[in-house]
Amino acid sequence: MTAAGSEELVALAGVTCRYAAEDVLVDVDLDVAPGAFVGVVGPSGSGKTTLLRVIAGSMQPARGTVTRRRGLRIAYVPQVETIDWSFPVTVAQCVLMARVRGRGLPWPSCAERAAVGEILARLDIEHLRDRHIRELSGGQQQRVFIARAMLGEPELLLMDEPTSGVDVRLRHEILHLLDDLNARGLAILLTTHDLNGIAAHLPHVVCLNRTVLGAGRPADVLTPDVLERTYGASMQVLEHGGMPVVVDSFAHRHDPVTGLSDRSVV
Amino acid sequence: MDELLRPLQFEFFRNGLMVATMAGALCGLVGVYVVLKGMSYIGHGLSHAIFGGFAASTLLGINFLLGAGAWGVASALMINGVTRRRVIASDAAIGVITTASFALGLALFAFFDGEGASFDAALFGSILGVGTQDVIAVAVVSVMASALVFLRYRALLFTTFDPEVADVSGVNTARMDALLMLVLAGSILATMKILGVTLIAAALVIPPSVARMLTNSFSRMLWMSATIGALCGFAGMNLSYHLDVQSGPTIVLVAATIFGVIFMATSPLSRRGQRRVRPAA
Repeated sequence: MTAAGSEELVALAGVTCRYAAEDVLVDVDLDVAPGAFVGVVGPSGSGKTTLLRVIAGSMQPARGTVTRRRGLRIAYVPQVETIDWSFPVTVAQCVLMARVRGRGLPWPSCAERAAVGEILARLDIEHLRDRHIRELSGGQQQRVFIARAMLGEPELLLMDEPTSGVDVRLRHEILHLLDDLNARGLAILLTTHDLNGIAAHLPHVVCLNRTVLGAGRPADVLTPDVLERTYGASMQVLEHGGMPVVVDSFAHRHDPVTGLSDRSVV
Repeated sequence: MDELLRPLQFEFFRNGLMVATMAGALCGLVGVYVVLKGMSYIGHGLSHAIFGGFAASTLLGINFLLGAGAWGVASALMINGVTRRRVIASDAAIGVITTASFALGLALFAFFDGEGASFDAALFGSILGVGTQDVIAVAVVSVMASALVFLRYRALLFTTFDPEVADVSGVNTARMDALLMLVLAGSILATMKILGVTLIAAALVIPPSVARMLTNSFSRMLWMSATIGALCGFAGMNLSYHLDVQSGPTIVLVAATIFGVIFMATSPLSRRGQRRVRPAA
């Protein structure tokens, strides 16, 4: 990693990553600008989580360069499915983990307590600070991990599948919250499986399957050609309210009445 | 009362009681990380592996703490390395390393006809032969483990709870895992004379499990587990003397009884608690 002189927060150039002998990412070029809101889409095993790890710096590329702006503060929100919800921590204790490099003493200082209170209030979960993390709803759990990430005052927030396994209402709630944080200047890069519910609503989408197959506004990128190259399956793209709606062509062909079904919308 | 206090006039009992109480607290403290990281099997395996080092050092006439210590540290680092590589399932890898080491210890004792009091003591724990050196060893390891938990509290908590994000946040999780393994190996080494290698796993697992049933806070779980471990060591050692049973089994049985009582006491409550738990508005 070298310090960047450019304006970009992070710039990946020709990045290739390997697990054992297998290339997970090949020749990836990607820039993340200040204030960007980027959704990375692609099938399972396409290298989305690896891309986040490379950007975060927890994994080094086999080839290529990752350039981060000098002193860039990055925070990472993992998939909630990976969290051990029976672990004995309260909301406040969980959020305070972000201050791992703060003072050495186990207990928080007054200033740290205040900072945790402030960030919890900003995310409307201050009343839950002494609750055990298992005793929260799905949306509250997601907010706790966003709060932990925000405590480090990051300039770039990386999120791995923030809406996987959540219902429509919660997906809207998370999307609104992220939109609000982005409007205050935070750059966000998230991975998602949800083309219509998330990716189509973002200002910038990257289609990834080991390498970048398309990047730009959803209307320009979510096209049948790019999606077929990304997912290896034929898809149709309709338009609704000025936004692309991706439809699985296989299901479309097999539903003669409406051409659409719950299963057909990706 | 006199009968209860009578054994305190013997130096070996005073030493044994001190070691058992400190060993219980030490295993209770280290056990919190062992249990929360899902390393119970590693603790169980490592104690068996150290038996190989104990046998070799006994038969070669090397100082037990040095010989078994080197063996234990090597086993701990080997287990840590194997589990991080994930080439074969970690439980299988641990099974291979530790059981082979245990078997080597048994074979060495059989081959050199060295079975006897020290053999039984290593397997099941014994108050006999606990000297000042053992008191110092367990005290030193206890101080080191407490210092690690205090000085690296935040990094250890983050690594235990969420290693991937801890890594991104600048915590050297590999070093934290290695430090925990070393402290675990040191704890097993310092306590094996009292607890016995076949029973140490229980001292590592039961007190944290009892503490977990009593609290949802990590910091409280740490001191509660250490306190419960110390109580079990103290009560178990006294029972060992009065019942004339090895110290390892009595300490573990006291711990298991406390576990049973707390489990029964908290189960209906926790079931009611779970029904009460609902997302806050």
